[in-house]
Amino acid sequence: MTKKREKFEDLLKRLQEISDQLESEDIGLDDSIQLYEEGIKLSELCHKKLKEAELKITELKSELGKELEN
Amino acid sequence: MNLRQNILTVSQISGKIKQTLEQNFEQVSVIGEISNFKAHFSGHWYFTLKDESSQISCTMWKGVNSSVFFTPDDGMKIIVTGKISVYTPRGNYQIDVRSMQPAGEGELQAAFEKLKKKLSSEGLFDLQYKKAIGRFPEKIGIVTAGDGAAFKDMISVASRRYPLVQLVLRSSKVQGLGAAAEIARAIEELNRTDVDVIIIGRGGGSLEDLWAFNEEVVARAIFDSVIPIISGVGHEVDFTIADFVADLRAPTPTAAMELATPDVEDIINFVEEFAEDAFVNLMDKISSASKELDNLIKSYGFRIPENMILTKTQMLDNLFYRIENHMHSKQQQIKNKVVLFTKILESFDVNKTLKRGFTLTKQNNAVLKRSSDFIKGENVTIRFYDGEVQINND
Repeated sequence: MTKKREKFEDLLKRLQEISDQLESEDIGLDDSIQLYEEGIKLSELCHKKLKEAELKITELKSELGKELEN
Repeated sequence: MNLRQNILTVSQISGKIKQTLEQNFEQVSVIGEISNFKAHFSGHWYFTLKDESSQISCTMWKGVNSSVFFTPDDGMKIIVTGKISVYTPRGNYQIDVRSMQPAGEGELQAAFEKLKKKLSSEGLFDLQYKKAIGRFPEKIGIVTAGDGAAFKDMISVASRRYPLVQLVLRSSKVQGLGAAAEIARAIEELNRTDVDVIIIGRGGGSLEDLWAFNEEVVARAIFDSVIPIISGVGHEVDFTIADFVADLRAPTPTAAMELATPDVEDIINFVEEFAEDAFVNLMDKISSASKELDNLIKSYGFRIPENMILTKTQMLDNLFYRIENHMHSKQQQIKNKVVLFTKILESFDVNKTLKRGFTLTKQNNAVLKRSSDFIKGENVTIRFYDGEVQINND
């Protein structure tokens, strides 16, 4: 995949932001609807990511051998 | 008697002493307190073992000393096992140590306390150096035995709680021979990667098993790490030096993974709550906006155009009424005129004239208005008031 992976943390942060903004009084209806749409998309993305997530395990080999070669 | 027969050179006597001692003390175990401990650059250890009244030099060679699970320190009471060797160039004898162990658990405990005090006074445990652990790690570095139960437990916790994460294992010995140095090295190496947090840990065991985590080299590596470190060593009751230096101490490796990861259930709840709350919020907004709209429309300002329309309509209605009235009177006038003209017309009625004795003369159904209209020979019809007479001009 060439597309840069969004950080899950950032997605959640944005969702929290939107949630807070929607709760605040001083936001217009147009903005609210826009935020709502963005939020719903985000929450679906989060859901998808969580559902499809599979634990990745990699192993970092010791650098000991590398240094001995030097 | 030749005294000279008994005269030996220094080398000869040294050799005899060497032989005597080394043959008679091939395997001895000695208990004593360490002093003047020196780990030489070459890897060999040199120290003195002493008690209240005596002391003896000791050496422990590189390769042999790597099997010692703890780092010896002055004041520690230990039991060494080895052989006596004589170093003739200096004329001294020493114990060539093969193995070494603490004289009791108390010795390790004492070493623990001593190192703890030392590092504490240096500030290695200070809260100001503790780094915050991020809530949503992308990668978690792990220093533990790759084939150990602790690692398996950590994997299962991570996949249950937060499968979005990537675990980066830097496998390391966690007990015995060289474990401490390897753990320290693993921490350093993980610091050259982009992991968000490092967990160091192992499962439960004896004080001796966990000892690597009480070694200074591990403590220093933890302190020097720029990446936050969570320690999870042994069980709840086990406290190691590593725990004190780490940014966060977990009672077990499993708990360490729990501290490092958010719970996916919580996130799902949050996300689902968002969808609900946001919808309710939006609906509230819409209904309050529509209320606001209603109020606005009902406000005085908005009523002005409406009122204007009403006024104009009224004016228009008035005009129509007037026009209608006007029309009506016009019609009446016309009607009157029609009656008048009818009367006038009536006064010209032919019949009335005929009644008075006049007649109408017609030829071929056309009224003859003047004598020149008369056609000779043509039949003539004369109309009287009470009928017509036909005159044939044949």
